Amino acid sequence: MITAIFDYEFLQNAFASGLIIGLVAPALGLFIVVRRLALIADALSHVALAGIAGSLFLSQNVIALAGLNPLYLGIGSSVAGSLLIDRLRELYKSYEELAIPIIMSGGIALGAIFISLAQGFSTDLVGYLFGSVSAVGREDLYTILAVAVITILFIVLTYKELFSMSFDPEYSRAQGISSRALNIWFMIVTALVVAGSMRIVGILLVSSLMTIPVAAAMQIAKGFRQAMLYAAIFGELSVLGGLVAAFYLNLAPGGTIVVISILILLLVLGGKKLVASRNTARNEEVETGEL
Amino acid sequence: MTEPLIELEDVSYRYGDTSALEHIFLTVEKGEFWAVIGPNGSGKSTLIKLILGLIKPLSGQIRLFGRDASDFREKEKIGYVSQKSNAFNRAFPATVREVVRSGLVKKAGLFRRYPADADEKVDSALSAVGMEEFAERSIGDLSGGQQQRVFIARALISNPELLVLDEPTVGIDRKHMQSFYNMLGRLNREKGIAIVLVTHDVDTVSELVTHVACVNRSIHFHGPHEEYSRQESEIRTEWYGHAVRRVHHGSKAADA
Repeated sequence: MITAIFDYEFLQNAFASGLIIGLVAPALGLFIVVRRLALIADALSHVALAGIAGSLFLSQNVIALAGLNPLYLGIGSSVAGSLLIDRLRELYKSYEELAIPIIMSGGIALGAIFISLAQGFSTDLVGYLFGSVSAVGREDLYTILAVAVITILFIVLTYKELFSMSFDPEYSRAQGISSRALNIWFMIVTALVVAGSMRIVGILLVSSLMTIPVAAAMQIAKGFRQAMLYAAIFGELSVLGGLVAAFYLNLAPGGTIVVISILILLLVLGGKKLVASRNTARNEEVETGEL
Repeated sequence: MTEPLIELEDVSYRYGDTSALEHIFLTVEKGEFWAVIGPNGSGKSTLIKLILGLIKPLSGQIRLFGRDASDFREKEKIGYVSQKSNAFNRAFPATVREVVRSGLVKKAGLFRRYPADADEKVDSALSAVGMEEFAERSIGDLSGGQQQRVFIARALISNPELLVLDEPTVGIDRKHMQSFYNMLGRLNREKGIAIVLVTHDVDTVSELVTHVACVNRSIHFHGPHEEYSRQESEIRTEWYGHAVRRVHHGSKAADA
């Protein structure tokens, strides 16, 4: 494997992309989880499916677009979907979650139409659905890198506001923070990360890389920065392990990455329980339950 | 004389067809401690939202620190502790330090980091509420009363001249409530911070406050605390639906 990575450009692309996504998706995912928007990542990935399928259809039928990288239309439709969700959430203020099924089914519907127009599933499409080790090109890598730079800049520059808005939205508004503009940017960046991640983990599993490492991190982190650090570590471990397993066992990396992230979550839960039961046993001797 | 911190002049607000507040006049001066009391659904929280600029009045004028509320930008001068603060998700991963520091978010400015002395400020805000030991603890591990002190520290960190608290003791047991209110009293006396406190516990705060406003869609009484004590039973009778109609305004009591 170590030598293979020097020999094959496609492996370099896959691992570099994977390591970037393994960092960025859980870091942004922490905000998505604490703001209870996990389903939005799912909806956006399904909108990206429409863009990918549409792009594959176009490149089959329009000669001028034969070489079009589906990632671009995938990103485009995902960003458009994020803006639509934002509009719908404004429109149905008291039923904000209604936007998600509308956009999600809309995405799948368009995807289904384009897939049947393109005469069924191609291997290309399967790669987008479940991720792929071999299909990541240089262009994909650079696009993913650009997405990561935008995301990290966004998080670093608006960290204070994002934290405050996530922890206590009403307080932030009382402080005069314009949550509207920040929300729209947040949705756009989420759409970018969703679309950027799908090359590696696949459309159907993108949201898991944004949520499962975060779920594990939240179990053991005391603070927010710490949670972000743990989430990124778990994300990287999942992606690395998942890509190695996928390469050697010839499996879809989306599957292996997500299974490993779930194993990490289970380990964290089990470890936490073990520590807790030890501590209570010890504390019962020392303290008398005063906090 | 300096400008009053809050001035409400003939302010009304309605939700759809339902009138929430009618013709409210209220002036809060520097260093005063107001208790805003009233039955459920009387518009107390609406009054607070108006003061904070979370909603705009339908008619009338609100001035904060002498400026029209819609032009008022120095939000850090007003510290806010909401009722909902203690309904946040307890699993939210944040240390007490991170929560208190977020009170500087407006002062620091968009796209900027927290100031270099943010940590010192967190420590001094926490010690003002007696929570300095808890800085590195997870916010979800604290009791309701401790959490509410942390939220006060978050409001204090930007050195506000006015603290606005909307039923901050919901979910805190009686034992800790008194010490919580005493702490507010200390902040008011020692730091000269004006306080507007929406509360149900009239009896618990009666020793601390300087002024009382009784709200039930309109303000039925507002004035110094001693005045309120004298008329308390009448005001309460009125709330609970008896046929007595009395309107008190300022220090002048007028029977209708």
